[in-house]
Parts: sequence; C-alpha cells; structure tokens
Amino acid sequence: MSSTFTTSAARNIFYGGAVFSFLLFLALTFRTEQVLPQRDQRAQLDNPQVVAGKRIWENNNCIGCHTLLGEGAYFAPELGNVYKRRGPDFIKAWIKGQPTGVPGRRQMPQFNLTEQELDDMVAFLKYASEINTAKWPPNIEG
Amino acid sequence: MKYTSQAVAKPYFIGAMGLFVAQVLFGLIMGLQYVIGDFLFPHIPFNVARMVHTNALIVWLLMGFMGSAYYLVPEEAETELHSPKLALILFWVFLIAAALTVIGYLAVPYATLARITGNDLLPTMGREFLEQPTITKIGIVIVALGFLYNLSMTFLKGRKTAINTVLMIGLWGLAIFFLFSFYNPHNLVKDKFYWWWVVHLWVEGVWELILGAILAFVLIKVTGVDREVIEKWLYVIITLALVSGMVGTGHHYFWIGAPEFWQWWGSVFSALEPVPFFAMTLFAFNMVNRRRREHPNRAATLWALGTGVMAFLGAGVWGFLHTLAPVNFYTHGTQITAAHGHMAFYGAYVMVVITMISYSMPLMRGRAANSNKAQVVEMWAFWLMTVAMVFITLFLTAAGILQVWLQRVSDTPLGFMATQDQISLFYWMREVAGVVFLIGVVTYLVSFFIKGEERAA
Ligand code: HEC
Ligand code: HEM
Ligand code: HEM
Ligand SMILES: [Fe+2]
Repeated sequence: MSSTFTTSAARNIFYGGAVFSFLLFLALTFRTEQVLPQRDQRAQLDNPQVVAGKRIWENNNCIGCHTLLGEGAYFAPELGNVYKRRGPDFIKAWIKGQPTGVPGRRQMPQFNLTEQELDDMVAFLKYASEINTAKWPPNIEG
Repeated sequence: MKYTSQAVAKPYFIGAMGLFVAQVLFGLIMGLQYVIGDFLFPHIPFNVARMVHTNALIVWLLMGFMGSAYYLVPEEAETELHSPKLALILFWVFLIAAALTVIGYLAVPYATLARITGNDLLPTMGREFLEQPTITKIGIVIVALGFLYNLSMTFLKGRKTAINTVLMIGLWGLAIFFLFSFYNPHNLVKDKFYWWWVVHLWVEGVWELILGAILAFVLIKVTGVDREVIEKWLYVIITLALVSGMVGTGHHYFWIGAPEFWQWWGSVFSALEPVPFFAMTLFAFNMVNRRRREHPNRAATLWALGTGVMAFLGAGVWGFLHTLAPVNFYTHGTQITAAHGHMAFYGAYVMVVITMISYSMPLMRGRAANSNKAQVVEMWAFWLMTVAMVFITLFLTAAGILQVWLQRVSDTPLGFMATQDQISLFYWMREVAGVVFLIGVVTYLVSFFIKGEERAA
C-alpha cells in the first residue's frame, strides 16, 4: 500500500468505522425493539404454560436434533410450525410414543414428560407457530 | 522464543489438540447416525453427540486463542508475561471444567444435568452452542477474566504494537459478547435475536480481529516483511470486517420474527462480508511473495496461506451463497448451512490456530523449525485435512440443494424424513470424507513425534 496512506490513518479509520457500525447496529436494534410487539406474540407470554413449555424445551435440548424457526440441528423435522402441521393431539401422542424403535431409523428419546408438561410443550409450540416469520417456511413441511 | 514465560502456551495447545480429536470422533458418530439412525441409541443420542462435537470445537478454539495470545502478546510487548503461574492455573481450571461438562453430557440425561446444576435458578441451557450448564458458563467467564487481566497487564507494561492492540480488542470483545449467553428471555424472538450477539458477533466480528492479529504476527515472522506494511493491511482488513459484519448480523434476522427491514440491511451488509476475507487471502499471498527471508518452517507458511484461501472459500464464498434473503428463504436451516458452517470454521479458526501452533511449537521445543521429515508429514496432514474438508463441504452442499428442492421448492413437497431418505448417499460420502479428515488429524499429531535433523532456534 502506498506510503501516503499511513498506519495511523488506517488505525483511525478502523476506530471510526467500528464505532459507526456499532452505533448503526444499536439504532437498528432499538427500532427492532419498537416493532417487535406487533410480531412476536408477546401477549401469549402471560400464559404460564407457554413460559413453562419453553423451559421444558430447553431442559431437554430439543434443539440438539430439531430446528425451531430454522435454527438448531438438521437431524429432525422443523418444529416452529409443527403445531400447524400436526396439531396438539399428534404432538402429545408422538412425544409419549418415543422411541419408535424402527430399525435403522433416526430415533428420538423418551423424555418421560407428565401430562401437564406435555400441555406446556404444546402451548409453547403453538406460540412459536404464531410468531410472524415473514411467511417462512416456504411450505408446511418446514 | 524470546521470553521464557511464552512457554505457558504449550499446555494450551496440547489441550486443544486433545479436544480436537474428541470433536472429530463425535462428528463421525453423528455422521453415522445420519444414515444409521439408531446407531448407539439410546446410549449416545444425536443431540448429545452434537453438543460434544460443537462444544469441544468451541472450547479447543478458545484454548487455541488463549495459547496463541500467551505466546504472542509478550513477544510483541517485549516483556515477560505478567503471571505465568496464573496462566497455568487457569489452564487446568478450564480443562477440568470442560472435561466435567463433557462427562455430564455423556453420563446423565440432559434434563438431569439441567436439574442438578440448578439451571432453573438462572436458565441459560438448551440453546444451540450454549448448552453448557450455567455454572460452566460462569467458569468460562472467570477463566476469561483471569486471562484478560494477565494479558492486559502484560500489554500495558510493554510495547503497544498494532498487532497486540488488535488482539486485545478482539479478546475483550470475545469476553464481552459472551455475556449475552446469560440473557435468556421468555420471549422466543428476543431470545433468538440476542443469541446471535454471541454467535454471529463472535465469528463474523471480534474473532476476525483475533484471526487477523495472529495471521499478521505469523506472517511478520515467516516472511520478514516490514511491520509497517503488515499493520496497515491488518487495520484495513478488520475495518472491513466490522463495517460489513456488524450490521451483517441481520442475515440471521430474516425469519425469526424480527422486523422485515432486516431483509434489506442483512442482505446488503452481509453481502460485503466476503470482502475482508478476500483481503486476507491477498494479504497472505502478497506478504509471502514479498518475503525477505526463507524461514525454515515451511509448514507454518503453508498453514498461513491455507488459512487465507480456506477462510475465503468457507466464510466468503459459501457464506455469500445463502446470505441474500430470497435465497436464504429456501436454504435456511438446511444442509447448506451445515456445509458452510464446517468449511468456515475449519478454514478460518481451526486453520489459524494450527498456523500458530505450527509456528510456535518448534520454538517452544527449542528449535527454529522441525526436521524436514517432520514437516513433510505435517504438510501431508494439511492436505489430508483440507481436501477432506472440501469434500465434506461439497457433499453437504449437494445434499442441501436436493433437500431444498425436494422439501421446499417442489409443488408436491416431501416431508422432512422422506427427503432425508432420498439424499442418504451424500451422507455416506460425507462420512467417508470424514474418515479421511480423521486420518489427517492423526497424521498431524504423528508429525510432532518425528525426529530428524533440526536447526537450533
Ligand atoms: C435425539 C434427537 C431428538 C431429540 C433430542 C428430540 N427429537 Fe423430536 N424427533 C426426532 C426425530 C429423528 C424425529 C422424526 C422421527 C421419525 O419420523 O421417525 C422427531 C420428530 C418429532 C416430532 C414430530 C414432527 C413431525 O413433523 O412429525 C415432534 C413433535 C418432536 N419430535 C418433538 C420433540 C420435542 C418437543 C423434543 C424435546 C423435548 C424433541 N422432539 C427432541 C429426534 C429428536
Ligand atoms: C470428521 C468429520 C466431521 C463430521 C462427520 C462432522 C459431522 C457433523 C454433523 C453430523 C453435524 C450436525 C449437523 C446437524 O445439526 O444436523 C455437525 C455440526 C457441526 N460441525 Fe461437524 N463434523 C466433522 C468435522 C468437523 C470439523 C473439523 C469442524 C470444525 C471446523 C466441525 C464443525 C461443526 C460445526 C460448527 C457444526 C454446527 C453446524 C451448524 O449448526 O450449522 N465439524 N458436524
Ligand atoms: C469465519 C467466519 C464464519 C463462520 C465460522 C461461520 C459459521 C456459521 C455457522 C456455524 C452457521 C450456523 C449457525 C447455526 O447453527 O444456526 C452460520 C450461519 C450462517 N452464515 Fe456463517 N460463518 C462465517 C462467516 C459468514 C459470512 C462471511 C457470511 C456471509 C457472507 C455468512 C453467512 C451465513 C448465513 C446467511 C447463515 C445462516 C444460515 C441459515 O439461514 O440457516 N457466514 N455460519
Ligand atoms: Fe452470521
């Protein structure tokens, strides 16, 4: 690089660019927080079942096999829209019926959830399915 | 090695390599579970293997960064490390915490681990990459603080070069953004939104500073090019990285409930993210072409050049492939993501850590470079690992394209599991490439034990 472009100029551009980018990112984050209430179904969080369902989701590491709104692992079906794909009864029966034990087929463990916990999980998955995700996924198969 | 205290890097590098082996073994277990679904079930369910695979990766990279910093900062600052003893104690704390966590993953169901570690007091578990029990996370913060204290003291009392400054900013940034792993709101959208402040702002933000600084350090050493030139490049690269990568976080905000303006901001800024990676490739080749000395450690030079190329391919090219919102709409959360994740992590961070190990390990063992024989074996390891990773990426990309086509684009979409059945051939081929990768890792470790004529340091 040419000698008119000094190291200290480069350094100053770095500090300026970093601070500017960070502030721009913070401004966009601030705007996000303002818009979110219209999209994130936060009213449903008043339902303690939804909150409990999220904790059960986390404590059993469902994300280690599944995606949720497209994030997670790619070993098992997307669950962000499973409530719409399968409905509450299927979900409960499915979780209770694991593992399938079909030889050679990918397996999901038995989590021994109580009836109450299953209902919480369904409430959480219902909540997730109603978040406004800009029409993602492309179809019901997730 | 100019200062005896730099030698504390050695245990960090050895620990890192041990975890690397574990990571790859668990990768192979998962690769097999992809095609033989009940392999090792119920003893090691897929999610458990995945936690071990990804957490081992992150921890060994952190160990690699720490080792690199312990070696690099004193040399740049031209002074001994503030406290070698603290560095050694923290190494053992870190290693034992990591080992206990892995044992916890493997020994008890995850829900049990969550219960006995009191996750409900401060719930942080059960999110991708952040699966560690909350107490482990607190342990990581303590180790990081001790590490930063030790290095900051060293930095402050010594010469403040650009490389040291950039490295220290990167390391502080790493620790600060990790604090967002403790923020886990009930609101799923906010949870996901700030989760990326750890994950994205690490790999496409502050880690790039660490990457740039380590690469610059090794390039100065092996090429003898003027520090002035190298430091200018470094500042330009990291400026481009932060300016594109910060707002580029938006490429993760398209479909998780965040406002739709992110589709524009995220697409445009992240489309620029390949630029700093390309600059890094140019940088590495340029410096090596302008070298003023023939450094006897040719293996380290090869790793440095490889880092430039593979980081650009994995992060730059494979990242760009799916970063525009209209494309990401179809590829989000598919094997395309996995393909990119593998090559980017390998090309940028695995390779830069190995570059540093390759350069500094011989010096810590009292020689300028390893024997020619040992270097030839190390270069074999380079090619085995790198070519295997290219094939892993290509097979996953093929699987991903078919997956998108069958499950998402088709007018008569197949279900997830039916789609997976259709593409199993590619998963088999990925597994074969994975075995070659493991052979590469073993070859690399073997190269440390090969004797021959060595030049004194
Ligand atoms: C070890 C991996 C693994 C874990 C962990 C896991 N699952 Fe699964 N899950 C699977 C697999 C594999 C399938 C598809 C199985 C099949 O079709 O035979 C599946 C299917 C499902 C389905 C049916 C999806 C559909 O569209 O038909 C639901 C619902 C589900 N899982 C919920 C959960 C929940 C809730 C958790 C956490 C409590 C969880 N899973 C944890 C592997 C896992
Ligand atoms: C030996 C070869 C390897 C095999 C067979 C393998 C296999 C796998 C599998 C099956 C997954 C889980 C994908 C899913 O979620 O469904 C995974 C995830 C991951 N692996 Fe590997 N892996 C290997 C080597 C590596 C290496 C060397 C690295 C580091 C560079 C790495 C980094 C990752 C990362 C970052 C993830 C998370 C990816 C994501 O969430 O998109 N793997 N790996
Ligand atoms: C070295 C730098 C990088 C690393 C280590 C890296 C790694 C990863 C990983 C592991 C994921 C998966 C995250 C998850 O599991 O949810 C991911 C996702 C993603 N990366 Fe990167 N990445 C890097 C750079 C880039 C760059 C430069 C771009 C863009 C040009 C990019 C674009 C993306 C996109 C769009 C996704 C989301 C994929 C999806 O929607 O599923 N990445 N990256
Ligand atoms: Fe990203």
